[in-house]
Amino acid sequence: MSIDYVAMAPVLAAALGALAVLVVDLVAPLRLRTTATFGTALAGAGAALAAALAIRGEPRSTFCTPPTVLPGRLEVGESCSYVVDGTTLHLLAALSAAAVAALLLAVAAARGGGLPPGEYGFLLLSSLAGALTLAGARDFITLLVGLETLTLPTYALVALRRRDPVGAEAAVKYLLVSVTSTAVTLLGVALVYGLVGSLHFDRVGVALAERADVRALPLTSAAIVLVLAGFAFKIAAVPFHWWAPDVYQGAPVPVAAYLATVSKAGGIIGLLLVTTVAFGPSSPVWSAALAVLAVASMTWGNLVALRQRHAVRLLAWSSVAHAGYLLVPLASVGGRPELQRDAVTATVGYLMLYLALTVGAFACVAAAGVTAVADFRGLARRSPLVGGALAVFLLGLAGLPPALAGLVAKVVVLRSALLAGAGWLAVAVAVNTVIGLAYYLRLAATAVADRPDADRADGIAAAGGAGAAGPASRLRLAPSLAVAVGGALVVVLVLSVAPQLALDAAR
Amino acid sequence: MIVALLLVPLVGAVALGALALRPSTADGPVPRWTAVAVAALTFALAVALLPGSRAPAAGRVVDPRHEVDVSWIPAIDVRFHVGVDGTSLPLVVLTALLTLLCTISTVRKVPAPGRAASFNALVLLLEVGLLGTFVALDLVLFFVAFEIVLAPMYFLIAVWGDAAGARHAAVKFILYTLLGSVLVVIGILTVYASAGTFDVVELSERGGAGIAHGTQVLAFAALFAGFAVKSPLWPVHTWLPDAHTEAPTVGSVLLAGALLKMGTYGLVRVALPVLPEGARALAPLLGALAVAGIVVGALCCLVQTDAKRLIAYSSVGHMGFVLLGIATLTPTGVNAALLGNVAHGLITGLLFFLVGGLKDRYGTADLRTLGSGLAERLPRLGALFVLASVASLGLPGLAGFWGEALALQAAFRPGGGQSRALYAVLLAVAAAGTAITAAYFLRLLRALVLGPDVPTGDRRVGGAVDVRPVELAAWAPLAVLTLAVGLYPRLVLGLTEAPVGALLGVFS
Repeated sequence: MSIDYVAMAPVLAAALGALAVLVVDLVAPLRLRTTATFGTALAGAGAALAAALAIRGEPRSTFCTPPTVLPGRLEVGESCSYVVDGTTLHLLAALSAAAVAALLLAVAAARGGGLPPGEYGFLLLSSLAGALTLAGARDFITLLVGLETLTLPTYALVALRRRDPVGAEAAVKYLLVSVTSTAVTLLGVALVYGLVGSLHFDRVGVALAERADVRALPLTSAAIVLVLAGFAFKIAAVPFHWWAPDVYQGAPVPVAAYLATVSKAGGIIGLLLVTTVAFGPSSPVWSAALAVLAVASMTWGNLVALRQRHAVRLLAWSSVAHAGYLLVPLASVGGRPELQRDAVTATVGYLMLYLALTVGAFACVAAAGVTAVADFRGLARRSPLVGGALAVFLLGLAGLPPALAGLVAKVVVLRSALLAGAGWLAVAVAVNTVIGLAYYLRLAATAVADRPDADRADGIAAAGGAGAAGPASRLRLAPSLAVAVGGALVVVLVLSVAPQLALDAAR
Repeated sequence: MIVALLLVPLVGAVALGALALRPSTADGPVPRWTAVAVAALTFALAVALLPGSRAPAAGRVVDPRHEVDVSWIPAIDVRFHVGVDGTSLPLVVLTALLTLLCTISTVRKVPAPGRAASFNALVLLLEVGLLGTFVALDLVLFFVAFEIVLAPMYFLIAVWGDAAGARHAAVKFILYTLLGSVLVVIGILTVYASAGTFDVVELSERGGAGIAHGTQVLAFAALFAGFAVKSPLWPVHTWLPDAHTEAPTVGSVLLAGALLKMGTYGLVRVALPVLPEGARALAPLLGALAVAGIVVGALCCLVQTDAKRLIAYSSVGHMGFVLLGIATLTPTGVNAALLGNVAHGLITGLLFFLVGGLKDRYGTADLRTLGSGLAERLPRLGALFVLASVASLGLPGLAGFWGEALALQAAFRPGGGQSRALYAVLLAVAAAGTAITAAYFLRLLRALVLGPDVPTGDRRVGGAVDVRPVELAAWAPLAVLTLAVGLYPRLVLGLTEAPVGALLGVFS
């Protein structure tokens, strides 16, 4: 069996990058350690991004198994475990780009001694390698290996701030939830294997399509729901969401950004693969289950986000709500397989736009250097760029211009719901959009509209002694953070002018 | 041409946004005059569109000029399709004019806390959304433009509004109107789900063919509810008085003069021609709510003590007439609505400018504090105030008269198979509303402008300046146009008549 190294190039770039970071961290002189380590890590993630953008032509498949006969006398052709097609390439590029952003966000914190650069770079790239593996996975084992490789380093990332009990608690919580969810998914996968005798997505799909007897078994539905439940944990969909706010808040901001983007995207990609490729013929089952998750996630996520006073926690609840929006296209498929293509386009398109906006919002929070919503007061005065960009990203997440990206994303989701005749899902999305705006707006308005409060400033100055900077002083923006904010802004603006770029990702 | 019309203010907004990043250019004359220049260029482009208008070709329902139609988001069948015809041109020119006048008015003074660059960037961004709404011929593009106005207006009210209540009023504004727009997008997508296209021209030509009756009623209900919030229609008007009271003058002028028109324009451009059966089914409801708005708005005006709030409620009444005109489903009624839109934009824009001028001088718009005798104290401002008020109450010979008179005339003979008896009742109630309107405006004039110059409050400030040259430059065009449209309504009707006749052919 030959391995197609071109297809594996992005994964290899990330994995080799991770190793290189370890070496550089070891040999670089102390003075240059942060710069060298982050330089190497960025090169690794950048190489993965470049590889994803450079691969062209026909879909590439590797790790293939020969044709065989499945139980029930089903003859199936060759199946491959790792496939890189157009959609996968777009996803690989988006995941790598989000990882680049997560690295950039951490540079300033590492320089300040808040994060160990070597560990951070190594863990992040290892996790990215897992995410990239997952995006191309076409059988359950590869999928789970990818998912675990994605998740394992993030436990450590969450607890990376040494001697921080909140971070440690968050990491333990995250570990327990994650292990449970993996176990649940594994149980589902085991059942699937028992039922159809294969773990390749396409073979499971054929078996479910051809064998009505298996499809009708209650056990099949149970297996599907178990697999979904594991992924629901990963994407923090209600009622499997409760870990997310604590973990996001406990983790360093760049790690929270990574969890909200790459990790969540990994879960969504896994769900897309599992539902539309493997369980396609059983769409009524997963569609109904996902509809419940979708409505619960967006409603509960938005309602709880309304009362958050901590910016990262607010974004965590917002990401719970977005998990709900992301599930809507799949949830509206129902029993009509012809809608699956459109649902994939809509989900991937929404994911791309969500990634750009979320990376931007977290970058602005990291750049602001504060977390309590009240501390964002007057941010636009201290740094018009960060304050203005934060408003653009938050309004985008709410689905409002000036960044059309968020608005198009909402239209795409609503469109797929209404085209499928799922009017009630569309109404749920619409109502939630209005609720969502209320809290995004509170943070955006605090940053942009509020005048720095003179009395408060005096209070802080008095408490902090002489030399405490007043809120009206200019924000000193590290170059890496400026690049991250500016880069996200450019991406969002490009996607606003040409949303087609995001929607083409799944063609 | 139209692309330039949208691009000029957009580029202007971005440029001003860039100026706002540097403390040295965030305020002062540079951003102010840049904004005036950009707005003037936009206005010139809008006026340049006028000569191209003409009657639709025989057999066409919508026959736009200066069309641009290119693919934008093919994945969801969205095209960048823009164009103008007689229904949209008056509003395009009105919007560009009001924006220009607003930027001129900020040359002297930007409301606290200053920051002219950010302020004008938002005003120009608002203009992009407004113009985009009026020229869009693709439903999603229309919706995108419809949404663009929300955030700039929110920040104009929240940041530059009056102290304490501004944030609350701004939140109320944006949440209410966002609720309206999500209903609009649901309506749009419902149309798309059964018609398979977002193209307004194409959908209008079909006249509802291929969309089932039930779907039409549902989609019309969603669009109707969404546009009703924006217009605003009683009983979903409650965001308007708060927003107007707290907004800075420029915000109030654009809100009343242009933003409210998006709702009524949406009904005429999208809801009526695309969903005629839905319109037939729900027109009586629209008419009844519109008339209720006329009466309720007028009654509320009688008890207001804040001049800005009073004018805001008067807007509810005036937009009631516009909506009544639309509810008749006749060419006369819709022409009246479009004329009423323009007249209301001119007159109420002027009124808000004048009240803003008063607030600027005395620090309040409270009638009890301002006291009477404005005509003696500031004769020119007083004269303009009298002109705007009597125009607003519908004195023949001024712009406000025609829209309301024609709407009432149309209600006498409704189209689209509507019950004459019902509309006769609506007509009678609306006519009573005009009487109350006259009453409150005369009361306003007596309390504020006429009478002896007697101090009634404790905050009387003496020695205020009468109309300044900059103010005159911003206000005079509106006063002149109020008179011109009043004396020669064909200025507007000449543009609208033919396209509206073609548009409403489906109801005759």
